[in-house]
Amino acid sequence: MKISVIITLKKDVLDPQGKVIHQTLDGMGFNDLNEVRQGKYFEIETKESDPKKAKDKVEEMCKKLLANLVIENYKIIDAQ
Amino acid sequence: MKSSVITFPGSNCDRDMDVALKKFGFKNKMVWHNDAEFPKSDLVVLPGGFSYGDYLRCGSMASKSKIMKSVINFANSGGIVMGICNGFQILVETGLVPGVLLRNKYLEFICKNVFVKINNKQNTFFKNIDNNVLEFHIAHNEGNYFCTKDQLKEIEDNEQVAINYCDKDGKSEEQFNPNGSIKNIAGIFNKKKNILGMMPHPERMIDPSLSGEDGSLFFNNLINNLK
Repeated sequence: MKISVIITLKKDVLDPQGKVIHQTLDGMGFNDLNEVRQGKYFEIETKESDPKKAKDKVEEMCKKLLANLVIENYKIIDAQ
Repeated sequence: MKSSVITFPGSNCDRDMDVALKKFGFKNKMVWHNDAEFPKSDLVVLPGGFSYGDYLRCGSMASKSKIMKSVINFANSGGIVMGICNGFQILVETGLVPGVLLRNKYLEFICKNVFVKINNKQNTFFKNIDNNVLEFHIAHNEGNYFCTKDQLKEIEDNEQVAINYCDKDGKSEEQFNPNGSIKNIAGIFNKKKNILGMMPHPERMIDPSLSGEDGSLFFNNLINNLK
């Protein structure tokens, strides 16, 4: 089973990389953007076949390693 | 006095730290991250570098290394632990000290000498040091200290800010902040002040002909405080 996770920076955390990407896009002519925030995306393949159990495990991984909850939020995308 | 320096894959200031500790009288041992234990020590140092290539977040992988269980136990039982640069990043990832270190505000790798103001001398690291301002070296890409408002209040209430970036006279203002850190924070303690995490490298300031001597002041003072 494959589970995907998206990690994003919390709203009040400065994202200088996102800002530079925004400025660059703006310079390329994409000038109707309000904001760009950069995040991380993970694809995790597990041997677990029970979607609920797999999701719980991935949630634990997010809390313990994949995200730093001081600055980041995580979102688990449904198992496939 | 005995010390241990932990080497992670990608550490590159571990030998500099070894040289500095030995120069000022420590009997130092290098310890590999995959060992379960380190020898009996009065001081454990997490050195600078790029542990695990800074994958995921700086320090995040190293904070889960085998040796870190022993380091965390040692720290929690009052042992003196110091994390420099990447070592500081590892400390925040273990949760031993609060906050995180973000990418520098202007996205530049910063490599230069800075002045830091000692904010608190009621601890093993800075007790009895005469100077209020020290000149250290910084070299980092992720040194922008950040914490939540609640954490900041707690850190300030408990006097956990160890050092702030400042000018040579100790003025800690925004213009002397190299990386965007909240309140110019360059280093912090845990609540009990037996753990110090800081971005500057005192081990690079131990030879007047190469750099400066404020690191010598720091290490001399540290070993005397540990005796």
